[in-house]
Amino acid sequence: MTQKTLIEGVREALMEEMERDERVWVLGEDVGRKGGVFLATEGLYDRYGEARVLDTPLAESSIIGVAIGAAMNGTIPVAEIQFADFIHPAFDQIVSEAARIRYRSNGDFGCPIVIRAPFGGGVHGGLYHSQSVEAFYAHVPGLKIVIPSTPEDTKGLLKAAIRDPDPVMFFEHKKTYRLIKGEIPEGDYVTPIGKAAVRREGTRLSVFAWGLMVHYCLQAAEEVAQEGISVEVVDIRTIAPLDKPAILASVEKTARALVVYEDNLTGGFGAEIAAIIAEEGFEMLDAPVIRVAGPDVPAMPFNKPQEEFFLPSPERIATAMRKLASY
Amino acid sequence: MYRQMVLARAVDRRMWVLNRQGKAPFVISGQGHEAIQVAAANAMRPGSDWLVPYYRDLAFCLALGQTARDFMLSVFGRAEDPNSGGRQMPSHFGSSRLRIMTKSSVVGTQICHAAGIAYAAKVRGLDEVAVTCIGEGGTSQGDWHEGLNWAGVHRLPFICIVQDNDYAISVPHRLQMGIDNVAKRAVGYGIAGVTVDGGDLLASYAAVKAAVERARGGDGATLISAKVARFTSHSSDDDQRRYRPQAELEALLRRDPIERFRGYLLDEGVMAEDVDDSVQQEATAEVDAAVTYAEAAASPLAEDTLRNVFAEESA
Repeated sequence: MTQKTLIEGVREALMEEMERDERVWVLGEDVGRKGGVFLATEGLYDRYGEARVLDTPLAESSIIGVAIGAAMNGTIPVAEIQFADFIHPAFDQIVSEAARIRYRSNGDFGCPIVIRAPFGGGVHGGLYHSQSVEAFYAHVPGLKIVIPSTPEDTKGLLKAAIRDPDPVMFFEHKKTYRLIKGEIPEGDYVTPIGKAAVRREGTRLSVFAWGLMVHYCLQAAEEVAQEGISVEVVDIRTIAPLDKPAILASVEKTARALVVYEDNLTGGFGAEIAAIIAEEGFEMLDAPVIRVAGPDVPAMPFNKPQEEFFLPSPERIATAMRKLASY
Repeated sequence: MYRQMVLARAVDRRMWVLNRQGKAPFVISGQGHEAIQVAAANAMRPGSDWLVPYYRDLAFCLALGQTARDFMLSVFGRAEDPNSGGRQMPSHFGSSRLRIMTKSSVVGTQICHAAGIAYAAKVRGLDEVAVTCIGEGGTSQGDWHEGLNWAGVHRLPFICIVQDNDYAISVPHRLQMGIDNVAKRAVGYGIAGVTVDGGDLLASYAAVKAAVERARGGDGATLISAKVARFTSHSSDDDQRRYRPQAELEALLRRDPIERFRGYLLDEGVMAEDVDDSVQQEATAEVDAAVTYAEAAASPLAEDTLRNVFAEESA
């Protein structure tokens, strides 16, 4: 089978879902003729036209607000926020509105929207094109949060998101768009939301990650394997709902847990995973839960040395693995 | 329409009584706003057009088909409350059946929702109009601007009715905007701007009817500024005597939209005094029955707190 990029997974999912269901449409800044700043929506405009592949005003709150309204009236909007860094103006629409519509109407209304946004660093994006924002939304019940790390999952999970009756936030790590290649199965398939995936089996310690960090963890695991440390790498895939059984099953097997995330250390989503392991897996553990994350500075700098300092690297992760394995 | 206004007033007054009796923890009112709301509801096509309401739209929602019982169930926070199953404070309306979109307490977000509903209607080729309401204070929000901009860009079947009662809680109109009339902003969005005396039922009906026809005809959106009187304090947690002069409050009473229309009906001989008496009595009886029913109705189950976060498998 041919190798495809992660962004091709996005594109194929959108193309096929719009073909399958005429209620599905795409809106966002530059998603039309240009095909998106990363070309995630390339080809959609030519095939489906402006009404279903709509370039919006430069106003994120209304991109989500209009999507919510359109979802009330029989359509399934897939809203693109050009960079996750610029999603903040829409926080109110996402948190106060989309996430609560079903709850506050006691099930009378639903809100079937998908919000796609590229996130993450390592591309010289500076403070405002590098952020990880999943922790803000992981705090909000009523939202599903998906972060794929492979082309196959990207397509299958995005299809699942579009078919989901509730709001789904779909964060795509922008550095993985073209860096990560893999096979995409032929034909229609859906990858269920809410299931983690073991990317590498191991026995000495477990590492939990999502997005680009999954790949860095796999590199680190390969490196320490040569030193005899057997690492299990678990791709979280969906932040919410979180696959707690898969996390605890892996800890039960290895008795050691490392959580790796790109966001700032304090209050990042990995803190929740660490808390779950500490609370529900305490008796299985032979060592403290360790986190590797970005430092507690406001955001990722543009220049190379400071960007590299911020972003957890395979080397840093490998060092943490050795430390954890030594317990 | 007169009956609808009278019923709305009777429901509204009763909820304040319930609040003073300690039976209703919180109430927020639409007294003085009834004419524009009832007029707009009657200018719309029921079951087809949409209302994306705000928290003063009691008369609007009653005129669209909600009942006094529906409302009282929400005042008491009962399980049967069709708006939210008792989850939201009263006056957070919502009914998929009546096409009244569920409302949060956030001011301004609803304007973008109405634009989205209207966009979907237009793209799907449906002959539907989205009407949304807000106070003049809400027009300062970014979402108000963003929603109206969408309405203008796509010439949407969209109507925004600003119920301008001169106060956003305590902040007066002059500290909210640098213009006397928010409808002047319509030109900046490329949509129609209309000013109407929102206390004049027939003038309000004509204004909204024209806007609905403009929307249905594909001629785009309308911003209506309806000047109204806020008879009550902002909510049961507010006392407007602290910030409104006594003379101003007394003058408000001369702007009662129901009294104005009642006088018109009597003067024109359209309605006899005894008919009016029976309208009043029927409204009181309906409210009495609604309160009796709602007070006795069951509260939601504590364990159902966890339900309807996400779609549930149909049982």
